[in-house]
This record gives sequence, structure tokens and C-alpha cells, in this order.
Amino acid sequence: MQIIRTLVVDDELGMCLVIQKALQRFTLELPEVAEPIGFAVTIADSAEAALEKIGAERPDLLLLDYKLPAQSGLDLLEQIRYPESEMVVIMMTAYASFETAVTAIKKGAFDFLAKPFEPEELRKTVKKAVQNLILARQIRKLEQEKHQVRFQFISILAHELKSPINAVEGYLNIMHDRVLGSDLEAYQEMVDRSLTRINGMKKMISDLLDLTRLESGQKKREIALNNLAKVAQTAIETALPVAQEEEISVTLHADDEMQMWCDASEVEIILNNLISNAVKYNHRQGKVDVFLQRDGEFVEIAVSDTGIGLSPEECAQIFQEFVRIKNEKTRHILGSGLGLSIVKRIALLYQGSVQVESEPGKGSTFRVRLKDSPPNINPDKRG
Amino acid sequence: MFANPTQITILVVDDDTDFLLQVKTRLEVLGYYVLTAESRQAAEELLAQTRPDLAILDLMMEEMDGGFALAYHLKKLYPSVPVIICTAVASETGINFDTATNEERSWIKAEVFLAKPIRFEQLVREIERLLKDKN
Repeated sequence: MQIIRTLVVDDELGMCLVIQKALQRFTLELPEVAEPIGFAVTIADSAEAALEKIGAERPDLLLLDYKLPAQSGLDLLEQIRYPESEMVVIMMTAYASFETAVTAIKKGAFDFLAKPFEPEELRKTVKKAVQNLILARQIRKLEQEKHQVRFQFISILAHELKSPINAVEGYLNIMHDRVLGSDLEAYQEMVDRSLTRINGMKKMISDLLDLTRLESGQKKREIALNNLAKVAQTAIETALPVAQEEEISVTLHADDEMQMWCDASEVEIILNNLISNAVKYNHRQGKVDVFLQRDGEFVEIAVSDTGIGLSPEECAQIFQEFVRIKNEKTRHILGSGLGLSIVKRIALLYQGSVQVESEPGKGSTFRVRLKDSPPNINPDKRG
Repeated sequence: MFANPTQITILVVDDDTDFLLQVKTRLEVLGYYVLTAESRQAAEELLAQTRPDLAILDLMMEEMDGGFALAYHLKKLYPSVPVIICTAVASETGINFDTATNEERSWIKAEVFLAKPIRFEQLVREIERLLKDKN
């Protein structure tokens, strides 16, 4: 049983006892809570005594009389500043007026009970208040968890950004100290490595901006009828320099006239990420095939490679942020660890999905399904 | 470069290519013969052929416990070879993978622990001290 610590503040002892009795025999069942809820009730006959008990007992529920001898219940309410998730207050008064009720609620009371009231009325009001309290607590817990995830993201990000800076700093220090003499030629490899690490960092920052824009919904989406094959062709051209270096062929399999309602820049991000991965994680003289297919109201983008492939465990986590598969084969491949999580987020904007099939050593196929619908049917909604 | 008998051999194992290149460059100009390995497996292959005079290891390689296992194995193979562990500190990364507890430290039996990013002068000081202690 979950216990709601309750404090009743009233200068009429009889009133306190009636409430105590009514609540202590009361158990509450709420759909939000697995176990039944009971009440442990203590009483205070003045604002002063109440303050002391609030400090010592930290009650969850406060039933507060409007008219107390030295100090009104409203004054007391003002003195105890508390977040909604810590304590819920019900005001009670015999001089019920609309005005007093409004004032009490403005000052933080959750509800209002007009004296005299029946036990049933009391329980009903208490039930609502407790429900509200529990909801507020659940929301707070969710926010804390969200905060935790955020913190973890930033910690990893800080590490990922620091790592290239450390590398470049190390090379610059070697040059600064003229460790290999004053001939610049001797440092060529270090200059090249520094540039590679800086480029990796730039890519990470731009991925991070994409991700942040997607998450915040601040990027204005421009849904228009686009030629999908052309968008894919542009993405392939972007990947071509690296592909040619490794003699990897990239082939587009699509209807030249294939059109889709989409924001071209979003679909380009998807294609860029999938194609550049398919090239990066491929073998020399490997193959990359890009397929654009229509499937009912969906469009499927599939990118297959003949690369190193992924184990089932790796497939399961590859769409998470900062997950990069680290092994002997991938060690020299630079990446932000954000590309596929961006792809997934964009797919969700199109009520779509992402999927990967892979066999280690043989290659992988990434499939992204996007719903093709004009802007009036597919309003700009973001999760 | 081949090792000559008078040259001191240092093995550096780290999956960070840049770290390897930097340490190698710095140590070579000081006259050391430097062997590098980017994985536990590559390091084991080198150890099967050569007994280094000192080893510098990162604990955090692609297999999470690769560095631990390597440090343990190296000490079993060559108990008198001093080991310096260079590894990232948990507080900086937010991920708990360093050798924070004394128990783990005693288990690894490394002579020196240095937090990354390392100060090179400090690394050299430790190398010189360990090599002197040995002789």
C-alpha cells in the first residue's frame, strides 16, 4: 500500500477528528498506481503548528482551513512555497464565496471544500487531488529521465568533439617543438592527419546541427513534388570522389521520372548518409546499389553494399545516437555516429520506418520507407 | 628501422592512430626503438616475437576489456617489464570505463597510470624513472 501523508489544519478539533477518521478508513484505487493508496493523517490546530509539521513531516496532502486564529489559511499558503509534485492543498471554509475560492486557487490551492461537507464529498475531492499529485510526480520523473538522457548525450558529444582537438593539438605541439627539425616536409603525415580529424569534426558538427533542427522542429519544411531520381543522383555525385578512389561502383536503379511529395533537403540527407556509409564500409572494388521503389502510398529507398556487414547485435543498435561499430575493420573509418540516427528521425517525420538486413563479410541493405503524401494531408507535425 | 642491441624497445598499444603516431615520433627522436600496435591481437603477435623493455598501454580498446587482458598477459609473460597505462578518465567521458577502483589497479599491476590527454614531458619522465629503477 502506498501511503499519502496528510495534514489537516483546523482550529476546530472536532473537524480535524472527523476528517482524520474519514480518511484513515479510506483506500483509494487509481489506474495510474499499481497498489492501493491509504492515508496517514496528522492534525494541527494553528498556522504555527502547521508550519512546524510541514517542515518535519513533509506531507503529500494538506487540508487547510481558510480561517485560522492568528493567521489566515491564505497567509499560510503563501508562506509555504512548494512545487506541484511535492504537495497538494485543499482549502476548507464555512464562508464559501466564489471570490475566496478563486483567491485560494490563485495562491496555489488545488481545490476548495465548502463547510459543512459530507465524508463522500471529502473523499471525492481528495481523490482528485491525489490523482493530480501522482500525475505531477510521474511527469517530474519523466523529466528527470529525459534530463539524464540529455546529460549522457552531451557527455558523449563533449568526448567526441574533444578527441579530434586532442589529436590536432598533439600534432601542433610536435611541430611547435620542431621535434622532427625545421623541414616542413617531415611533418606531412601529421598535417594530413590533422586535416582529416578536423574534417571529421566538421562533419560531426553539421550532423549535430541537422539533428538539433530536426528535434526542435525549427527547420521549416518545404514539402513539394520532387523528382526523387534527381535527388538520388545528386547524392551519388557527392559520394563519387571517395567511391572512385576505392574503385567502388555506385548504381542507381530507379524510374527517371519518379516523383514524391517531400522536402528535397531531408531526402537528400537520408540518401547522403546511406550512400556514404555504403561506400565507407565497403571493400575495394565493391558495389553500391541504390533502389527507389514505390510501394502503395510509401516510397522505399534501399541502399545495398558489398561491404563488411553487421552482426545481428550490431544491427539492433546501429540507429542509436553515437553508436559506431568499433572493430578491426572499422577503426580507420571516420564517422560522427549520428548519421543513421538522423536518417531514422527524418523517416519518422514521414510516418515511415528504417530497417537493416546484413550479413557479416557479405554486405548490408538499409531500407527507408517514407509516406508520399501532399502537404495538406500530411501536416507539418513533429514528435 | 631495426632494433639494435643497445637500443631500448618500447611497445605502445592504443587504438587511437593519432596517439600512436605522436608518441612514436616523440620517443624515436629521444633514441628509443618504438613498436606500435593498434589492437590487442597485433600487440600479442609482437609480444610473441619480442620482449620490450617497457610497454605503454591504453585500457580502452575496441573490445572493452582488451587492454586489461593485454596488461595481465604481458605481466605474466614478462613480469619485470614495466607497464604504463594511459587511459581516458571517466569524469571526462561520462562513460565508466577507466580503472577507477584500487582493486582494479592492483589487479592490473601496472607501474604507472596516466590520464589522457597525457602530458608528454610527464610520460618521458615516467619512462626514464621506470627504466632506471629496473637497472
